Amino acid sequence: MQGVCSAAAAMAVELYLDLLSQPCRSVLIFAKKNNIPHEVKQVSLMDGEQHREDFGKVSLIRKVPALQDGDFCLAESPAILLYLARKFKTPDHWYPADLQQCARIDEYLSWQHCAIRLHGSKVFWLKLMIPEVLHVEVPKEKMDAAVEELNGSLKLLEEKFLQDRPFIAGDHISLADLVAIVEVMQPVAAGLDVFGGRPKLSAWRDRVQAAIGKELFDEVHQTVMGSQERVKVMDGSKLEFSKAKILKFFM
Amino acid sequence: MSLELQNQNHTVDILPHTVRHVALRRGDHRTPEFSQLNPMQKVPVMVDNGFVLTESDAIMKYLVNKYDVPEHWYPRQPERRARVDEYTAWHHTHTRPHAAKVFILEVLLPAQTSSPVDEERLSRAVSQLDDTLEKLESMFLRRQPFLCGDDVTVADLLAVCELMQPEAGGRDVLQQSPQLQRWKSRVRAAVGDAFDQAHAVLYAVRDRRRAKL
Repeated sequence: MQGVCSAAAAMAVELYLDLLSQPCRSVLIFAKKNNIPHEVKQVSLMDGEQHREDFGKVSLIRKVPALQDGDFCLAESPAILLYLARKFKTPDHWYPADLQQCARIDEYLSWQHCAIRLHGSKVFWLKLMIPEVLHVEVPKEKMDAAVEELNGSLKLLEEKFLQDRPFIAGDHISLADLVAIVEVMQPVAAGLDVFGGRPKLSAWRDRVQAAIGKELFDEVHQTVMGSQERVKVMDGSKLEFSKAKILKFFM
Repeated sequence: MSLELQNQNHTVDILPHTVRHVALRRGDHRTPEFSQLNPMQKVPVMVDNGFVLTESDAIMKYLVNKYDVPEHWYPRQPERRARVDEYTAWHHTHTRPHAAKVFILEVLLPAQTSSPVDEERLSRAVSQLDDTLEKLESMFLRRQPFLCGDDVTVADLLAVCELMQPEAGGRDVLQQSPQLQRWKSRVRAAVGDAFDQAHAVLYAVRDRRRAKL
């Protein structure tokens, strides 16, 4: 891989991101919010850029987000977020030293893979990408079932992970809230009204956005929030190579 | 009741604990009592003086932090720790669901529904698991003795237990992977007697099934 030249940039970590992807957004928000010196390298999933040879050198796992810090390469957003928090000694509230609080965050980061992340992604693909870009009709029962699953996860987020706390780990925003909010936004971007009729979730979202900074939040979400418009003009042939895989996974 | 874990290469780890059995096959996890403890109705659950924690990787990390166990389980050095975090995240979307699916299709569903195995679905699940095992070997294990480096970590525990599960149906999913078989032997050696103790129920299920054939 080509190295960066300037002294300041030599300190910067390289972040391989596609902002359509939820975990890429949590990593970028974290880096920007904490003024972590970084350089963003765009990897377009729609164009299959994760299959490029040079990207394979950064991420054997061939997923975004990926981080490169000198010779050290890392994938998986929870791992990247924790690494950045520890290396750049970010404020304690992101991943507290307190045993129980950090356990709460670990618990959320673990649970969310097969819950909100999975269900939110599914709704995004079934509601928007598969019908509008792949031009494949999604049966109503499948769509309804996916929304039901998402509802179940959102209920657990509210009742088990938030309860009566302002944030998942307590009084302050942490990595758990950051990872949660970007996933919740994905079905929103597909046009699903996630926050309607959920005052507790809405209030939590407002607190998270305020803690991150509305401007930064909106900036990082701009790409995905434009999805409904973009699919109207998107070239569906781009996704043909992974169409079978996508349909198999989500349908 | 304290369980002593003795192994050949590492110092003796003794974490005081009490085991409360939750028989999933009896629906113990769906009782109102258990649901109050864990609304996800899943095991494992840890309770430490009123502090309730779910998710096996979170529980293991908590125990590492609380009890100051040998560092190799979850190294402190940032890059080595990140490697473990990387595997534990990937585990949830690969090793766990793909190995569990084989177990569910081959053992659990047929037992619960008294119906024959859906061979077509099982075959696809096995194929998917084989893909994941290939990635496990090429992306994580590579030429290292353990998944995240030179010494056993919680990542190896998560992976090996997941890959043991299909043994309940008499299936050795590592049969075609000599590298992973050698890795598994190293993990067993590092863990010692606790390995078989933890798998006692699984072995019993496997042996009962064999006896029926």
